[in-house]
Amino acid sequence: MNSTDPEKLMTLPKKKFKFWNLIWVIIFIGGLFISTGVTKTSLGAFFSNFGQFADIFLQMLHPNWAYLGAVIPLLLETIKMAVLGTVIGSVLAFIYALLIARNIVKNKTVTGILRVIMNIIRTIPDLLLGAIFVAIVGIGPVAGILALAICTFGIVVKLFYEAIETIDPGPIEALTAVGANKLQIIVFAVLPQVITYFISYCLYAFEINVRASTVLGYIGAGGIGLYLQQTLQVFDYAKTGTIIIVIILVVVLIDYISSKSREALMN
Amino acid sequence: MDTTMKKLPPKPIEWKKRILHWAIAIITVFLIIWSCTGIDFGGIKETAGQIAGAIFTGIFNPDWSYIYNGTGEDLVSQLWETVCIAFLGTFISAIISLPFAFWAAHTKHKKWYLSRLGKIVLAVIRSFPEIVLALMFIKAVGPGSAAGVLALGFHSVGMLAKLFSEAIENLDDGPNEAVTAAGGSKMNIIMFSILPNLMPALISNTLYRFDVSIRSASILGLVGAGGIGYPLIIALQYRQWNRVGIILLGIIVMVIVIDAISGWIRKKLV
Amino acid sequence: MADSAVKPIIELKNVNKIYGKDIVGLKDINLTINKGEFVVIVGLSGAGKSTLLRSINRLIDISAGDILIAGESITKAKGKELRMLRRNIGMIFQSFNLVKRSSVLRNVLTGRVAYYPTWKSTLNLFTKEDKQRAYDALQQVDLADKVYSRADELSGGQQQRVAIARVLTQNPDIILADEPTASLDPQTSRRVMQDLKMLNEKHGMTVIINLHSVQLAKEFGKRVIGVRAGEIIYDGKMSETPESTFNQIYSGGEKDE
Repeated sequence: MNSTDPEKLMTLPKKKFKFWNLIWVIIFIGGLFISTGVTKTSLGAFFSNFGQFADIFLQMLHPNWAYLGAVIPLLLETIKMAVLGTVIGSVLAFIYALLIARNIVKNKTVTGILRVIMNIIRTIPDLLLGAIFVAIVGIGPVAGILALAICTFGIVVKLFYEAIETIDPGPIEALTAVGANKLQIIVFAVLPQVITYFISYCLYAFEINVRASTVLGYIGAGGIGLYLQQTLQVFDYAKTGTIIIVIILVVVLIDYISSKSREALMN
Repeated sequence: MDTTMKKLPPKPIEWKKRILHWAIAIITVFLIIWSCTGIDFGGIKETAGQIAGAIFTGIFNPDWSYIYNGTGEDLVSQLWETVCIAFLGTFISAIISLPFAFWAAHTKHKKWYLSRLGKIVLAVIRSFPEIVLALMFIKAVGPGSAAGVLALGFHSVGMLAKLFSEAIENLDDGPNEAVTAAGGSKMNIIMFSILPNLMPALISNTLYRFDVSIRSASILGLVGAGGIGYPLIIALQYRQWNRVGIILLGIIVMVIVIDAISGWIRKKLV
Repeated sequence: MADSAVKPIIELKNVNKIYGKDIVGLKDINLTINKGEFVVIVGLSGAGKSTLLRSINRLIDISAGDILIAGESITKAKGKELRMLRRNIGMIFQSFNLVKRSSVLRNVLTGRVAYYPTWKSTLNLFTKEDKQRAYDALQQVDLADKVYSRADELSGGQQQRVAIARVLTQNPDIILADEPTASLDPQTSRRVMQDLKMLNEKHGMTVIINLHSVQLAKEFGKRVIGVRAGEIIYDGKMSETPESTFNQIYSGGEKDE
């Protein structure tokens, strides 16, 4: 079967060397070495101490169910924080997004400045905001709610203004043609097209907030995280395990409900 | 004008839809009202406005001397450490995520319960609080950025493997069939068809995760797992508002720069 | 080739395929294909051509019956044995099925994977001879200059010819082509069909092609098999096939779809 052809067959030419690929590889490997050095991470230390890690984990797997009674009230507080944070943040985001959408506000200087502010707010992580608000308003759920509200704002405002900017411009023109004012245009031409998106983004932010709210208490910003901190401090891992299992159940459940409602909303 | 014009008929009512909408609205309102109960809004410190003002003044009058002083405790070194934690943590999680992604991806040739189980495991990993994970690693390898790296590396698997598995599910089965038809084994299919086709999604999702990891790495310090979070919480405790200001500025600049770089690489590589 | 021409290389015995609970894919197929034949299978889409072809190399598992490749049952083969049988059967697809982001060379080398232990092919340790073999194949389909291009830089017709080079490198005795021209324009279709003819005539490979284009079937086919509703309703030499037979094969479309 090996038919060697009588025709002229050339030999395979050498592959061209790709300079940039080499540079990428060097940067990447260099980055790995440097970051391993800076963080003093050693896999050896990790594996030799893995026993301790596994030990904590195993203790958590034997939760203390009697502790459940103490956990539930703070769990409810956590969910309340997430709800309020979402509501406050979403309302702010709703207004703000209308102000930075370029098909509604034509003044590019205004939208530009407002967008820079939005982008700066979006960079600060939730827990840092929590720590700052604890310093400002003191320990308690209010600090957490404020932190969550700002996070929600950051998430929803970006998604929502992008949705507004991609709507069909036809209805806006039609309403402008019949002499409608800005508010009428928003109510009759813009909102009907984007309101389901807005609700869906709020639900998405709510999912993230439920997750975030469970640890805010660790730094004193209210909710179940407080017990997380207390039990970890006294090495009572059975109790920590109880809290974590409750957190995981609630988070997974709310995630599931919320993502199903989002799907239903979009259809 | 024609006098036989009909009157406006009443709006047709879809009872089912209407009841559903009202039910959702009532539940939502109830939920919000319930949320307002029992939360102590009165507990706000009287000095709140004053402190908020102080932080604002701090941001506009930052402690410039803190930026770099060569001790390794300054802003630049701490931010650099934060970036390194995020980089290494993301790399580790990308490696661990690959096998998990193949497990959780629902493809044609797999039993549905296997992939469903994988998805549940990933959901649990995602929901396991990162801070607790960091504390567990602190117990294992001691306080410092190594614990942060490990915590990030494991926690990110929950989200990254989910994104990877969705990318695997979206792959075209054709090239896999071609390898199978040529007599290739499962491993051959992965190496010759799946991985090359998957590469763009792997890279762009990992870069996206790196953006998230940078934010995470800057809070891990709050519990002692390295990075910029630690000096921030100290400065907050000691009410050094100028220092809080410079650290916040540093974090904002770092996140914006990293977002820009990773966005640029994403465009370039894919 | 005279004596090998009568040797059966593919035998289908009472093959049935049922999808799900009661959707019939193939109904009691008995078919023998001899070494060196050039067979076209024609029929409406949904008639079962693709199922028939894909059951030969077991991309689809049949529900009942047996399929022999050079006397060996592929339906019962497992693991390595199955891969060795598949190594001997090349396949060309309607959608080319190249790995778009890999180089043309690597795509062509994919045809050799079953000749290597997995670890070796994983590390990309192809021998010099095989790389040269791949390059030779590319020269035969006139794509030598594209050897290091990425597959997605090529046009549809070129991609299909890379797929043919892949099969050529695999060096099988049998080639299955599932609608190889369906996504191509008439001119490139003809070129691809000529390449398949070259594999048959120059390399002595047995070629089986699914086609829905009657014109191409008439032009290139030597033996023609008509499929309707999962059954073989015609089997004969192309030169002796009257026009009425094609009408028969392509009638009753409404019932099938």
